[in-house]
Amino acid sequence: MLNTNDILETIQMIQDENLDIRTITMGISLLDCIDSDIDKACEKVYQKIVSKAKNLVKVGEEIEREYGIPIINKRISVTPIAIVSATSKGDPVKFALALERAATDCGVNFIGGYSALVQKGFSAGDEELIRSIPRALRVTEHVCASVNVGSTKTGINLDACKLMGQIIRETSEQTEDRSCIGAAKLVVFCNAPEDNPFMAGAFHGVGEPDCIINVGVSGPGVVRAALAKAPNASISEVADIIKKTAFKITRMGQLVGTQAGKRLKVPFGIVDLSLAPTPAVGDSVAHILEEIGLEKCGTHGTTATLAMLNDAVKKGGVMASSRVGGLSGAFIPVTEDAGMIDAARCGSLSLEKLEAMTAVCSVGLDMIVVPGDTPADTLAAIIADEAAIGMVNSKTTAVRLIPAIGLNEGEELDFGGLLGYGPIMKINYHSPSKFINRGGQIPAPMQSLKN
Amino acid sequence: MKAVITVIGKDTVGILAKVSTICARFQANVVDVNQTVMQDLFAMVMLVEMDKHNTDLSVLRSELEAMGAENALQIHVMHEDIFNSMHRI
Repeated sequence: MLNTNDILETIQMIQDENLDIRTITMGISLLDCIDSDIDKACEKVYQKIVSKAKNLVKVGEEIEREYGIPIINKRISVTPIAIVSATSKGDPVKFALALERAATDCGVNFIGGYSALVQKGFSAGDEELIRSIPRALRVTEHVCASVNVGSTKTGINLDACKLMGQIIRETSEQTEDRSCIGAAKLVVFCNAPEDNPFMAGAFHGVGEPDCIINVGVSGPGVVRAALAKAPNASISEVADIIKKTAFKITRMGQLVGTQAGKRLKVPFGIVDLSLAPTPAVGDSVAHILEEIGLEKCGTHGTTATLAMLNDAVKKGGVMASSRVGGLSGAFIPVTEDAGMIDAARCGSLSLEKLEAMTAVCSVGLDMIVVPGDTPADTLAAIIADEAAIGMVNSKTTAVRLIPAIGLNEGEELDFGGLLGYGPIMKINYHSPSKFINRGGQIPAPMQSLKN
Repeated sequence: MKAVITVIGKDTVGILAKVSTICARFQANVVDVNQTVMQDLFAMVMLVEMDKHNTDLSVLRSELEAMGAENALQIHVMHEDIFNSMHRI
Protein backbone atom coordinates (compact mmCIF):
# COMPACT_ATOMS: atom_id res chain seq x y z
CA MET A 1 0.00 0.00 0.00
CA LEU A 2 0.99 3.61 -0.41
CA ASN A 3 2.98 5.22 2.33
CA THR A 4 0.73 7.05 4.83
CA ASN A 5 3.09 9.99 5.05
CA ASP A 6 3.06 10.45 1.28
CA ILE A 7 -0.73 10.42 1.29
CA LEU A 8 -0.97 12.96 4.08
CA GLU A 9 1.64 15.15 2.36
CA THR A 10 -0.37 15.27 -0.86
CA ILE A 11 -3.59 16.08 0.96
CA GLN A 12 -1.89 18.85 2.88
CA MET A 13 -0.48 20.29 -0.35
CA ILE A 14 -3.95 20.57 -1.84
CA GLN A 15 -5.89 21.57 1.29
CA ASP A 16 -3.53 23.99 2.98
CA GLU A 17 -0.85 24.98 0.51
CA ASN A 18 -2.95 25.93 -2.54
CA LEU A 19 -1.61 23.25 -4.87
CA ASP A 20 -3.77 23.33 -7.95
CA ILE A 21 -3.81 23.05 -11.69
CA ARG A 22 -3.87 26.66 -12.81
CA THR A 23 -5.14 25.96 -16.27
CA ILE A 24 -6.03 23.42 -18.91
CA THR A 25 -5.60 25.27 -22.18
CA MET A 26 -6.83 23.90 -25.47
CA GLY A 27 -4.84 25.10 -28.47
CA ILE A 28 -6.89 25.27 -31.65
CA SER A 29 -5.54 26.00 -35.13
CA LEU A 30 -7.64 28.43 -37.16
CA LEU A 31 -5.61 28.11 -40.35
CA ASP A 32 -8.51 26.31 -42.07
CA CYS A 33 -10.87 29.19 -41.24
CA ILE A 34 -9.19 31.73 -43.51
CA ASP A 35 -11.64 33.31 -45.96
CA SER A 36 -11.59 36.42 -48.14
CA ASP A 37 -15.03 37.33 -46.76
CA ILE A 38 -14.51 38.54 -43.19
CA ASP A 39 -17.99 37.55 -41.98
CA LYS A 40 -17.62 34.03 -43.36
CA ALA A 41 -14.17 33.80 -41.76
CA CYS A 42 -15.55 34.88 -38.37
CA GLU A 43 -18.36 32.34 -38.57
CA LYS A 44 -15.84 29.59 -39.43
CA VAL A 45 -13.69 30.67 -36.47
CA TYR A 46 -16.67 30.50 -34.13
CA GLN A 47 -17.79 27.10 -35.44
CA LYS A 48 -14.30 25.58 -35.28
CA ILE A 49 -13.67 26.72 -31.70
CA VAL A 50 -17.07 25.59 -30.44
CA SER A 51 -16.82 22.22 -32.17
CA LYS A 52 -13.42 21.52 -30.61
CA ALA A 53 -13.88 23.05 -27.16
CA LYS A 54 -17.54 22.48 -26.33
CA ASN A 55 -16.64 19.76 -23.82
CA LEU A 56 -13.51 21.38 -22.42
CA VAL A 57 -15.14 22.85 -19.32
CA LYS A 58 -17.24 19.72 -18.70
CA VAL A 59 -14.22 17.42 -18.90
CA GLY A 60 -12.18 19.80 -16.73
CA GLU A 61 -14.83 19.72 -14.02
CA GLU A 62 -15.14 15.95 -14.35
CA ILE A 63 -11.41 15.49 -13.72
CA GLU A 64 -11.59 17.97 -10.87
CA ARG A 65 -14.33 15.93 -9.20
CA GLU A 66 -12.87 12.53 -9.87
CA TYR A 67 -9.34 13.30 -8.75
CA GLY A 68 -10.09 15.90 -6.12
CA ILE A 69 -7.63 18.41 -7.60
CA PRO A 70 -8.83 21.98 -8.14
CA ILE A 71 -8.52 23.11 -11.77
CA ILE A 72 -8.83 26.87 -11.56
CA ASN A 73 -9.16 27.91 -15.21
CA LYS A 74 -10.15 26.36 -18.51
CA ARG A 75 -8.84 28.35 -21.44
CA ILE A 76 -8.49 28.36 -25.21
CA SER A 77 -5.62 29.58 -27.35
CA VAL A 78 -5.89 30.06 -31.10
CA THR A 79 -3.69 30.77 -34.12
CA PRO A 80 -2.55 34.43 -34.08
CA ILE A 81 -5.53 36.27 -35.55
CA ALA A 82 -3.27 38.50 -37.69
CA ILE A 83 -2.48 35.40 -39.78
CA VAL A 84 -6.15 34.43 -40.09
CA SER A 85 -7.35 37.96 -40.85
CA ALA A 86 -4.66 38.78 -43.42
CA THR A 87 -6.75 37.74 -46.45
CA SER A 88 -10.05 39.15 -45.24
CA LYS A 89 -10.38 42.88 -45.58
CA GLY A 90 -12.35 44.70 -42.93
CA ASP A 91 -12.33 45.47 -39.24
CA PRO A 92 -10.33 42.84 -37.28
CA VAL A 93 -12.44 43.57 -34.19
CA LYS A 94 -15.06 41.29 -35.80
CA PHE A 95 -12.67 38.41 -35.09
CA ALA A 96 -12.37 39.53 -31.47
CA LEU A 97 -16.16 39.44 -31.18
CA ALA A 98 -16.26 35.96 -32.74
CA LEU A 99 -13.66 34.78 -30.22
CA GLU A 100 -15.64 36.36 -27.39
CA ARG A 101 -18.85 34.64 -28.52
CA ALA A 102 -17.06 31.29 -28.76
CA ALA A 103 -15.46 31.74 -25.32
CA THR A 104 -18.80 32.61 -23.73
CA ASP A 105 -20.57 29.67 -25.35
CA CYS A 106 -17.83 27.23 -24.31
CA GLY A 107 -17.82 28.67 -20.78
CA VAL A 108 -14.03 29.16 -20.64
CA ASN A 109 -12.30 31.78 -18.51
CA PHE A 110 -10.05 33.27 -21.21
CA ILE A 111 -9.34 32.97 -24.90
CA GLY A 112 -5.92 34.03 -26.17
CA GLY A 113 -4.61 34.63 -29.65
CA TYR A 114 -5.67 38.12 -30.70
CA SER A 115 -2.04 38.32 -31.66
CA ALA A 116 0.50 39.36 -34.25
CA LEU A 117 4.10 38.23 -34.77
CA VAL A 118 6.10 41.20 -36.02
CA GLN A 119 9.64 40.56 -34.79
CA LYS A 120 11.12 41.33 -38.19
CA GLY A 121 8.49 43.64 -39.65
CA PHE A 122 4.81 44.04 -40.37
CA SER A 123 3.13 41.88 -43.01
CA ALA A 124 -0.39 42.31 -44.39
CA GLY A 125 -2.93 42.62 -41.62
CA ASP A 126 -0.40 42.88 -38.76
CA GLU A 127 -0.50 46.62 -38.25
CA GLU A 128 -4.28 46.79 -38.68
CA LEU A 129 -4.73 44.11 -36.05
CA ILE A 130 -2.34 45.77 -33.61
CA ARG A 131 -4.07 49.12 -34.01
CA SER A 132 -7.42 47.46 -33.30
CA ILE A 133 -6.26 45.90 -29.98
CA PRO A 134 -7.51 48.77 -27.75
CA ARG A 135 -11.01 48.56 -29.24
CA ALA A 136 -11.01 44.76 -29.26
CA LEU A 137 -10.14 44.62 -25.56
CA ARG A 138 -12.76 47.26 -24.75
CA VAL A 139 -15.65 45.39 -26.36
CA THR A 140 -14.70 41.93 -25.08
CA GLU A 141 -14.20 40.38 -21.66
CA HIS A 142 -12.46 37.07 -22.28
CA VAL A 143 -10.17 37.90 -25.19
CA CYS A 144 -6.43 38.30 -24.57
CA ALA A 145 -3.99 39.91 -26.97
CA SER A 146 -0.26 39.58 -27.50
CA VAL A 147 2.36 40.89 -29.90
CA ASN A 148 5.84 39.47 -30.46
CA VAL A 149 8.25 42.32 -31.20
CA GLY A 150 11.61 40.58 -31.05
CA SER A 151 13.52 37.31 -31.04
CA THR A 152 17.09 36.08 -30.69
CA LYS A 153 17.03 35.05 -34.34
CA THR A 154 15.71 38.32 -35.76
CA GLY A 155 16.57 41.10 -33.34
CA ILE A 156 14.08 43.68 -32.13
CA ASN A 157 11.58 45.56 -34.25
CA LEU A 158 11.88 49.06 -32.80
CA ASP A 159 8.95 50.37 -34.84
CA ALA A 160 6.79 47.71 -33.24
CA CYS A 161 8.09 48.68 -29.76
CA LYS A 162 7.11 52.27 -30.44
CA LEU A 163 3.68 51.28 -31.69
CA MET A 164 3.08 49.00 -28.70
CA GLY A 165 3.94 51.84 -26.29
CA GLN A 166 1.05 53.78 -27.82
CA ILE A 167 -1.24 50.76 -27.95
CA ILE A 168 -0.72 49.93 -24.27
CA ARG A 169 -1.62 53.51 -23.30
CA GLU A 170 -4.63 53.55 -25.56
CA THR A 171 -5.85 50.17 -24.28
CA SER A 172 -5.64 51.44 -20.73
CA GLU A 173 -7.51 54.63 -21.65
CA GLN A 174 -10.25 52.70 -23.42
CA THR A 175 -10.92 50.60 -20.31
CA GLU A 176 -10.37 53.36 -17.72
CA ASP A 177 -13.87 52.74 -16.35
CA ARG A 178 -12.93 49.09 -15.61
CA SER A 179 -9.64 49.70 -13.68
CA CYS A 180 -7.74 49.87 -17.01
CA ILE A 181 -8.19 46.09 -17.24
CA GLY A 182 -7.61 46.03 -21.00
CA ALA A 183 -3.88 46.53 -20.50
CA ALA A 184 -3.80 43.55 -18.11
CA LYS A 185 -4.87 41.36 -21.04
CA LEU A 186 -2.19 42.60 -23.43
CA VAL A 187 1.36 41.20 -23.49
CA VAL A 188 4.34 42.28 -25.57
CA PHE A 189 6.81 39.43 -26.11
CA CYS A 190 10.34 38.72 -27.20
CA ASN A 191 10.85 35.04 -28.15
CA ALA A 192 7.18 34.20 -27.59
CA PRO A 193 6.58 30.45 -27.03
CA GLU A 194 4.03 28.78 -29.32
CA ASP A 195 2.60 26.35 -26.78
CA ASN A 196 2.13 28.56 -23.73
CA PRO A 197 -1.00 27.72 -21.70
CA PHE A 198 -0.80 30.86 -19.54
CA MET A 199 -2.66 34.08 -20.24
CA ALA A 200 -2.54 36.76 -21.39
CA GLY A 201 0.20 35.61 -23.75
CA ALA A 202 -1.19 32.29 -24.95
CA PHE A 203 -1.57 31.67 -28.67
CA HIS A 204 -1.48 28.55 -30.80
CA GLY A 205 1.66 28.57 -32.96
CA VAL A 206 1.54 27.72 -36.65
CA GLY A 207 3.85 24.73 -36.13
CA GLU A 208 1.43 23.15 -33.67
CA PRO A 209 -1.07 20.37 -34.52
CA ASP A 210 -4.73 21.10 -35.28
CA CYS A 211 -5.83 20.80 -31.67
CA ILE A 212 -3.87 20.11 -28.49
CA ILE A 213 -4.13 20.24 -24.70
CA ASN A 214 -1.51 22.10 -22.64
CA VAL A 215 -1.45 22.29 -18.86
CA GLY A 216 -0.08 24.87 -16.45
CA VAL A 217 0.42 24.02 -12.78
CA SER A 218 0.73 26.29 -9.80
CA GLY A 219 2.40 25.60 -6.50
CA PRO A 220 4.38 28.41 -4.85
CA GLY A 221 2.69 27.65 -1.51
CA VAL A 222 3.86 24.04 -1.62
CA VAL A 223 7.48 25.02 -2.27
CA ARG A 224 7.42 27.55 0.53
CA ALA A 225 5.94 25.05 2.99
CA ALA A 226 8.60 22.48 2.04
CA LEU A 227 11.35 25.04 2.65
CA ALA A 228 9.85 26.07 5.98
CA LYS A 229 10.56 22.54 7.23
CA ALA A 230 14.31 23.05 6.66
CA PRO A 231 15.14 26.42 8.19
CA ASN A 232 18.87 25.78 8.56
CA ALA A 233 19.63 23.94 5.33
CA SER A 234 22.44 25.12 3.07
CA ILE A 235 21.50 26.66 -0.26
CA SER A 236 22.41 23.44 -2.10
CA GLU A 237 20.00 21.54 0.14
CA VAL A 238 17.37 24.21 -0.47
CA ALA A 239 17.78 23.72 -4.23
CA ASP A 240 17.35 20.00 -3.72
CA ILE A 241 14.13 20.41 -1.74
CA ILE A 242 12.72 22.68 -4.46
CA LYS A 243 13.63 20.11 -7.12
CA LYS A 244 11.83 17.33 -5.30
CA THR A 245 8.77 19.47 -4.69
CA ALA A 246 8.67 20.65 -8.32
CA PHE A 247 8.81 17.02 -9.40
CA LYS A 248 5.70 16.18 -7.41
CA ILE A 249 3.79 19.24 -8.59
CA THR A 250 4.62 18.52 -12.21
CA ARG A 251 3.59 14.87 -11.96
CA MET A 252 0.13 16.04 -11.06
CA GLY A 253 0.09 18.32 -14.12
CA GLN A 254 1.19 15.43 -16.28
CA LEU A 255 -1.59 13.22 -14.89
CA VAL A 256 -4.30 15.83 -15.46
CA GLY A 257 -3.00 16.68 -18.94
CA THR A 258 -2.94 13.05 -20.06
CA GLN A 259 -6.43 12.45 -18.67
CA ALA A 260 -7.84 15.60 -20.27
CA GLY A 261 -6.27 14.69 -23.62
CA LYS A 262 -7.67 11.17 -23.47
CA ARG A 263 -11.19 12.26 -22.55
CA LEU A 264 -11.33 15.04 -25.13
CA LYS A 265 -9.72 12.80 -27.77
CA VAL A 266 -7.08 15.44 -28.40
CA PRO A 267 -3.30 14.90 -28.17
CA PHE A 268 -1.67 16.04 -24.94
CA GLY A 269 0.90 18.75 -25.64
CA ILE A 270 3.02 20.00 -22.78
CA VAL A 271 3.16 20.74 -19.09
CA ASP A 272 4.32 24.26 -18.39
CA LEU A 273 6.65 23.98 -15.40
CA SER A 274 5.80 27.28 -13.86
CA LEU A 275 5.30 28.48 -10.33
CA ALA A 276 2.31 30.72 -10.90
CA PRO A 277 1.32 32.80 -7.89
CA THR A 278 -2.13 34.22 -7.02
CA PRO A 279 -2.99 37.13 -4.72
CA ALA A 280 -4.25 34.59 -2.14
CA VAL A 281 -2.31 34.29 1.10
CA GLY A 282 0.21 31.42 0.91
CA ASP A 283 0.43 31.34 -2.87
CA SER A 284 3.32 33.72 -3.45
CA VAL A 285 6.70 33.40 -5.21
CA ALA A 286 8.02 36.40 -3.25
CA HIS A 287 7.32 34.53 -0.02
CA ILE A 288 9.49 31.63 -1.22
CA LEU A 289 12.40 34.05 -1.65
CA GLU A 290 11.69 35.48 1.80
CA GLU A 291 11.57 31.95 3.23
CA ILE A 292 15.04 31.36 1.78
CA GLY A 293 16.26 34.30 3.82
CA LEU A 294 15.45 37.73 2.42
CA GLU A 295 13.81 40.19 4.79
CA LYS A 296 11.76 41.52 1.89
CA CYS A 297 11.57 40.53 -1.76
CA GLY A 298 13.39 43.08 -3.91
CA THR A 299 16.35 43.57 -1.59
CA HIS A 300 19.92 42.61 -2.53
CA GLY A 301 20.10 38.85 -3.02
CA THR A 302 16.73 38.65 -4.76
CA THR A 303 18.21 37.96 -8.19
CA ALA A 304 20.47 35.19 -6.88
CA THR A 305 17.73 33.40 -4.95
CA LEU A 306 15.31 33.72 -7.86
CA ALA A 307 17.89 32.32 -10.29
CA MET A 308 18.36 29.29 -8.04
CA LEU A 309 14.59 28.83 -7.59
CA ASN A 310 13.91 29.06 -11.31
CA ASP A 311 16.62 26.56 -12.17
CA ALA A 312 15.60 24.07 -9.49
CA VAL A 313 11.95 24.18 -10.58
CA LYS A 314 13.00 23.25 -14.12
CA LYS A 315 15.37 20.49 -13.03
CA GLY A 316 12.72 18.88 -10.85
CA GLY A 317 9.94 19.30 -13.37
CA VAL A 318 11.72 18.13 -16.45
CA MET A 319 12.00 14.56 -15.24
CA ALA A 320 8.38 14.48 -14.10
CA SER A 321 6.87 15.16 -17.47
CA SER A 322 7.24 13.52 -20.85
CA ARG A 323 6.88 16.88 -22.58
CA VAL A 324 7.80 20.22 -21.14
CA GLY A 325 7.20 23.54 -22.84
CA GLY A 326 5.53 26.91 -22.63
CA LEU A 327 7.16 29.46 -20.38
CA SER A 328 8.42 27.04 -17.70
CA GLY A 329 9.95 28.92 -14.80
CA ALA A 330 8.95 31.06 -11.86
CA PHE A 331 6.52 33.89 -12.59
CA ILE A 332 6.86 37.28 -10.95
CA PRO A 333 3.65 39.15 -11.75
CA VAL A 334 3.54 41.98 -9.24
CA THR A 335 -0.21 42.46 -8.77
CA GLU A 336 -0.89 38.71 -8.73
CA ASP A 337 1.49 37.92 -5.86
CA ALA A 338 0.73 38.92 -2.26
CA GLY A 339 4.45 39.07 -1.35
CA MET A 340 5.33 41.19 -4.39
CA ILE A 341 2.47 43.59 -3.62
CA ASP A 342 3.77 44.03 -0.06
CA ALA A 343 7.34 44.50 -1.27
CA ALA A 344 6.26 47.10 -3.84
CA ARG A 345 4.14 48.93 -1.27
CA CYS A 346 6.97 49.27 1.21
CA GLY A 347 9.41 50.41 -1.47
CA SER A 348 11.66 47.34 -1.35
CA LEU A 349 10.78 46.26 -4.88
CA SER A 350 11.49 48.69 -7.71
CA LEU A 351 10.99 48.52 -11.45
CA GLU A 352 14.78 48.38 -11.97
CA LYS A 353 15.11 45.39 -9.62
CA LEU A 354 12.24 43.64 -11.36
CA GLU A 355 14.04 44.13 -14.65
CA ALA A 356 17.15 42.45 -13.25
CA MET A 357 15.01 39.60 -11.92
CA THR A 358 13.54 38.98 -15.37
CA ALA A 359 17.00 38.11 -16.67
CA VAL A 360 17.02 34.96 -14.52
CA CYS A 361 13.42 33.78 -14.44
CA SER A 362 10.61 33.18 -16.87
CA VAL A 363 8.47 35.89 -18.43
CA GLY A 364 9.33 39.47 -17.62
CA LEU A 365 7.91 42.74 -16.38
CA ASP A 366 4.53 41.29 -15.59
CA MET A 367 1.43 43.00 -14.19
CA ILE A 368 3.15 46.19 -13.14
CA VAL A 369 1.04 49.29 -12.57
CA VAL A 370 2.75 52.49 -13.72
CA PRO A 371 1.60 56.12 -13.32
CA GLY A 372 -1.24 57.24 -15.59
CA ASP A 373 0.88 60.00 -17.13
CA THR A 374 3.68 57.62 -18.29
CA PRO A 375 4.48 58.74 -21.88
CA ALA A 376 4.01 56.19 -24.68
CA ASP A 377 7.69 56.50 -25.63
CA THR A 378 8.73 55.55 -22.11
CA LEU A 379 6.50 52.46 -22.28
CA ALA A 380 8.10 51.66 -25.66
CA ALA A 381 11.58 52.00 -24.18
CA ILE A 382 10.68 49.70 -21.27
CA ILE A 383 9.51 47.16 -23.88
CA ALA A 384 12.77 47.56 -25.83
CA ASP A 385 14.86 47.07 -22.65
CA GLU A 386 12.98 43.95 -21.70
CA ALA A 387 13.07 42.55 -25.24
CA ALA A 388 16.84 43.11 -25.26
CA ILE A 389 17.21 40.93 -22.16
CA GLY A 390 15.23 38.18 -23.87
CA MET A 391 17.05 38.54 -27.17
CA VAL A 392 20.55 38.36 -25.73
CA ASN A 393 19.79 35.57 -23.25
CA SER A 394 17.83 33.45 -25.76
CA LYS A 395 14.84 33.37 -23.44
CA THR A 396 11.25 34.53 -23.43
CA THR A 397 10.63 37.94 -21.96
CA ALA A 398 7.38 39.83 -21.87
CA VAL A 399 5.99 43.16 -20.81
CA ARG A 400 2.54 43.59 -19.32
CA LEU A 401 2.32 47.12 -17.95
CA ILE A 402 -0.84 48.87 -16.86
CA PRO A 403 -0.76 52.67 -17.03
CA ALA A 404 -3.28 53.65 -14.31
CA ILE A 405 -5.08 56.43 -16.13
CA GLY A 406 -5.91 59.32 -13.80
CA LEU A 407 -3.87 57.92 -10.92
CA ASN A 408 -0.37 58.68 -9.71
CA GLU A 409 2.51 57.20 -7.75
CA GLY A 410 1.47 55.97 -4.32
CA GLU A 411 -2.12 55.18 -5.32
CA GLU A 412 -3.39 51.64 -6.04
CA LEU A 413 -5.31 49.85 -8.77
CA ASP A 414 -7.55 46.81 -8.12
CA PHE A 415 -8.59 44.38 -10.88
CA GLY A 416 -10.15 41.72 -8.66
CA GLY A 417 -9.86 37.95 -9.13
CA LEU A 418 -6.65 36.28 -10.30
CA LEU A 419 -5.33 39.55 -11.75
CA GLY A 420 -5.09 41.00 -8.25
CA TYR A 421 -4.26 44.56 -7.19
CA GLY A 422 -1.17 46.65 -6.67
CA PRO A 423 0.49 49.99 -6.00
CA ILE A 424 1.62 52.27 -8.79
CA MET A 425 5.38 51.95 -9.22
CA LYS A 426 7.87 54.72 -9.73
CA ILE A 427 9.27 55.17 -13.21
CA ASN A 428 12.20 57.13 -14.63
CA TYR A 429 10.82 60.24 -16.36
CA HIS A 430 13.95 61.13 -18.38
CA SER A 431 12.88 60.87 -21.99
CA PRO A 432 13.99 58.04 -24.32
CA SER A 433 11.99 59.61 -27.20
CA LYS A 434 14.85 60.25 -29.57
CA PHE A 435 16.00 56.61 -29.38
CA ILE A 436 12.47 55.23 -29.85
CA ASN A 437 11.71 57.55 -32.77
CA ARG A 438 14.79 56.47 -34.69
CA GLY A 439 12.77 53.40 -35.70
CA GLY A 440 14.20 50.43 -37.61
CA GLN A 441 15.44 47.08 -36.39
CA ILE A 442 17.94 46.30 -33.63
CA PRO A 443 20.09 43.67 -35.40
CA ALA A 444 20.08 40.10 -34.14
CA PRO A 445 22.92 39.41 -31.69
CA MET A 446 25.85 37.03 -32.22
CA GLN A 447 23.85 34.40 -30.29
CA SER A 448 21.60 34.05 -33.35
CA LEU A 449 24.44 32.68 -35.48
CA LYS A 450 24.46 29.15 -34.14
CA ASN A 451 24.39 27.24 -37.42
CA MET B 1 -10.51 2.08 -9.83
CA LYS B 2 -9.18 2.60 -6.34
CA ALA B 3 -9.61 5.58 -4.04
CA VAL B 4 -7.81 6.64 -0.89
CA ILE B 5 -9.93 7.80 2.04
CA THR B 6 -8.21 9.64 4.87
CA VAL B 7 -9.86 10.42 8.18
CA ILE B 8 -8.34 12.65 10.85
CA GLY B 9 -10.00 13.84 14.04
CA LYS B 10 -10.65 13.28 17.72
CA ASP B 11 -10.85 9.59 18.56
CA THR B 12 -14.39 8.43 19.34
CA VAL B 13 -16.26 5.15 19.25
CA GLY B 14 -17.36 3.90 15.85
CA ILE B 15 -15.43 6.04 13.35
CA LEU B 16 -14.27 3.03 11.35
CA ALA B 17 -17.80 1.61 11.40
CA LYS B 18 -19.36 4.84 10.14
CA VAL B 19 -16.88 5.18 7.27
CA SER B 20 -17.12 1.55 6.21
CA THR B 21 -20.93 1.59 6.36
CA ILE B 22 -21.00 4.40 3.81
CA CYS B 23 -18.41 2.58 1.67
CA ALA B 24 -20.52 -0.56 1.72
CA ARG B 25 -23.59 1.39 0.63
CA PHE B 26 -21.62 2.58 -2.42
CA GLN B 27 -20.32 -0.91 -3.26
CA ALA B 28 -16.80 0.22 -2.41
CA ASN B 29 -14.71 -2.72 -1.20
CA VAL B 30 -12.16 -1.95 1.52
CA VAL B 31 -8.81 -3.34 0.35
CA ASP B 32 -6.50 -2.00 3.03
CA VAL B 33 -6.75 -0.01 6.24
CA ASN B 34 -4.02 1.65 8.21
CA GLN B 35 -4.95 3.44 11.40
CA THR B 36 -3.17 4.94 14.34
CA VAL B 37 -4.21 6.84 17.42
CA MET B 38 -1.67 9.43 18.46
CA GLN B 39 -2.57 10.60 21.99
CA ASP B 40 -6.26 11.26 21.34
CA LEU B 41 -5.95 12.06 17.61
CA PHE B 42 -7.36 9.43 15.32
CA ALA B 43 -5.73 9.05 11.88
CA MET B 44 -6.85 6.50 9.34
CA VAL B 45 -5.94 5.83 5.73
CA MET B 46 -8.19 3.45 3.83
CA LEU B 47 -7.82 2.06 0.32
CA VAL B 48 -11.11 1.12 -1.33
CA GLU B 49 -11.82 -0.45 -4.67
CA MET B 50 -14.94 0.22 -6.68
CA ASP B 51 -16.47 -0.16 -10.07
CA LYS B 52 -16.42 3.17 -11.85
CA HIS B 53 -19.74 2.41 -13.52
CA ASN B 54 -21.64 1.63 -10.32
CA THR B 55 -20.15 4.23 -8.02
CA ASP B 56 -19.96 7.95 -8.50
CA LEU B 57 -16.82 9.03 -6.66
CA SER B 58 -18.03 12.59 -6.21
CA VAL B 59 -21.26 11.41 -4.49
CA LEU B 60 -19.30 9.07 -2.22
CA ARG B 61 -16.98 11.97 -1.42
CA SER B 62 -19.77 14.36 -0.52
CA GLU B 63 -21.51 11.77 1.68
CA LEU B 64 -18.30 11.04 3.57
CA GLU B 65 -17.46 14.70 3.94
CA ALA B 66 -20.93 15.42 5.26
CA MET B 67 -20.57 12.63 7.80
CA GLY B 68 -17.14 14.00 8.72
CA ALA B 69 -18.52 17.48 9.28
CA GLU B 70 -21.21 16.10 11.63
CA ASN B 71 -18.62 14.22 13.69
CA ALA B 72 -15.84 16.84 13.70
CA LEU B 73 -13.64 14.69 11.43
CA GLN B 74 -11.61 15.76 8.43
CA ILE B 75 -12.33 13.31 5.64
CA HIS B 76 -10.76 13.39 2.17
CA VAL B 77 -11.46 11.05 -0.72
CA MET B 78 -9.04 11.03 -3.62
CA HIS B 79 -8.29 8.94 -6.67
CA GLU B 80 -5.37 6.55 -6.12
CA ASP B 81 -3.66 7.71 -9.34
CA ILE B 82 -2.72 11.04 -7.80
CA PHE B 83 -0.60 9.41 -5.13
CA ASN B 84 0.88 6.90 -7.55
CA SER B 85 1.94 9.57 -10.00
CA MET B 86 3.25 11.93 -7.34
CA HIS B 87 5.22 9.53 -5.20
CA ARG B 88 6.31 6.75 -7.53
CA ILE B 89 8.66 6.99 -10.44
